Amino acid sequence: MRRRRFLPTLLLMWVGVLAVLLASLCLGRYPVAPKTVLQVLISRFAPIARTWDPTVETVVWQVRLPRALAAALVGAALSSGGAVFQGLFHNPLVSPYVLGVSSGAGFGAAVAILLGASAAITQASAFATGAVAVSLTWLIARSGRDRSHVTLVLAGFVVGSLFASLVAGAQYVADPSTKLPQIVFWLMGSLASVQWADLLRGTLIVVPCLLGVTGLRWKLNILSMGDDEARSLGENPWAMRVILVGLTTMATASSVALSGVIGWVGLVVPHLARGIVGPDSRKLIPASIALGAVYMMLIDDVARTLTMGEIPLGVLTGIIGAPIFALLLRQNRSDWN
Amino acid sequence: MEQFRLSVVDIQDLGFAYGEATVLHDLTMAAVPREVFAIVGPNAAGKTTLLRCIERILTPRTGTIRIDGRDLKSLSARDVSRRAASVPQSHAPAFPYAVQDVVLMGRNPHLGVGAQPGAHDVAVAQEAMKELGIYGIATRPYTQLSGGQLQLVLLARALAQEAHVLLLDEPTAHLDFRNRHLVLSTIRDLAVRRGLTVIMTVHDPNDAMQYADRVGLVSDGGLIALGTPDEVLTADNLGRLYGMPIDVLTDGTRRVIVPGTDS
Repeated sequence: MRRRRFLPTLLLMWVGVLAVLLASLCLGRYPVAPKTVLQVLISRFAPIARTWDPTVETVVWQVRLPRALAAALVGAALSSGGAVFQGLFHNPLVSPYVLGVSSGAGFGAAVAILLGASAAITQASAFATGAVAVSLTWLIARSGRDRSHVTLVLAGFVVGSLFASLVAGAQYVADPSTKLPQIVFWLMGSLASVQWADLLRGTLIVVPCLLGVTGLRWKLNILSMGDDEARSLGENPWAMRVILVGLTTMATASSVALSGVIGWVGLVVPHLARGIVGPDSRKLIPASIALGAVYMMLIDDVARTLTMGEIPLGVLTGIIGAPIFALLLRQNRSDWN
Repeated sequence: MEQFRLSVVDIQDLGFAYGEATVLHDLTMAAVPREVFAIVGPNAAGKTTLLRCIERILTPRTGTIRIDGRDLKSLSARDVSRRAASVPQSHAPAFPYAVQDVVLMGRNPHLGVGAQPGAHDVAVAQEAMKELGIYGIATRPYTQLSGGQLQLVLLARALAQEAHVLLLDEPTAHLDFRNRHLVLSTIRDLAVRRGLTVIMTVHDPNDAMQYADRVGLVSDGGLIALGTPDEVLTADNLGRLYGMPIDVLTDGTRRVIVPGTDS
């Protein structure tokens, strides 16, 4: 594999993040010129003459900016989460979702929607049940004699199935004309209704978690050597795994609370990142965060501009993600053996 | 106290069991700096378990293990890994890390929780790679190496730990004839040059005969003989150890162990 210098690559990725962010603010049913977008943004912090229609301001500042930032946040959380889990479990097919967090959070959201709760309560409920689901997975895995990865993944499968059944139950009793579409749309993922307040709540949890994971990324390399070797390299693999899984799960649960369930991102983006910067977690984690933000903003742009209506994000990430993933598997097979 | 200064690894009355199954019992031995101590025994004799107790991956049921006079029980995992480095018998690569990144992982015991390896750590890792002659492949993915090269990479990682005790579990298990001798003579050189205390398990007593300073014969979890290769690796002892007739042939200076003929 050719080795590029890492810092310029990462810098380029962050330039990409800003470029895509700017594009996301311009694109839409109501196109705004990049220059006007910049002026609107600057006018928030500096007194400059307002030469544009107030509608433009609403579209850019109240609708598109929180939505694009939320997309970036969710993409960064899901992608880095995938990279962390793949390192911890030495498996290309895992993401934080394997521990049952998505079905758990889905159930919490479905119940809140059934009860007619506000958006904030729905998010809180999704976060809480997502966390409960992972804790349950953890307890089941710990109660077994075998504390291997496989036990944890199987426990996650059990808990995920349980909550999937509960979600199906909630859908069955939901009013088909009002509540059911809401639940279904949420389960397929959407950022359409994101407000600044939602974004702020998400940021307060996701950003500290991402900083924590970034700070511990070297330990991921050590843990990927397997538990025995990690131990002889002076690490306590079980404790370090608890911390990393905990941080990743918190970030994932709060992004699921923000955007609903969006699959595939945590699988596809770390693979892309690995292809660019290599497998070293010291580079992979920062690259996954930046690329995840770019990827999710682009997906969300497609979701809201491709048709007259909104396409659910989960549908798009699946349609785009599956072929990309298949292609990556074909090309980079050697990465995994 | 005299003994502590000399014997870096000091094992007294060691016992270990998985549940009810006793694996090691009443095992007492010591290994000193600049020596290669080989543990010879049949499969399932408890050789690997012994190494894992010295690494403190396993906790002994009875007895004590001291490194430089310090009881392992009183040391943290990080402290142990600064004193004893190990090369595993088999390694399943997870990701195609570059050779230099794998060697750099040996610096982990010297890094704090949130720390990354710095310039000094890189220098130590490069030194280790140069010493083992693998600096030329530093940027190659370690998943594409031959068995002998991989063994040298893992050995370099252990050297980067800068521990004075080096533990090797059947270092030649998957190697061809040439690589086997390359790896073992490298280990011998390191013991002398770096003043390391090397403890290794071997499955072929010939490896111990040629490359060890002292040998311990392990059978059913206990030490049945201890001494120099010439003293310990006799036809008699080996015959009892493996339960088969064994001959030791010699050309006057060197000795070779071969299966014996019934007569």
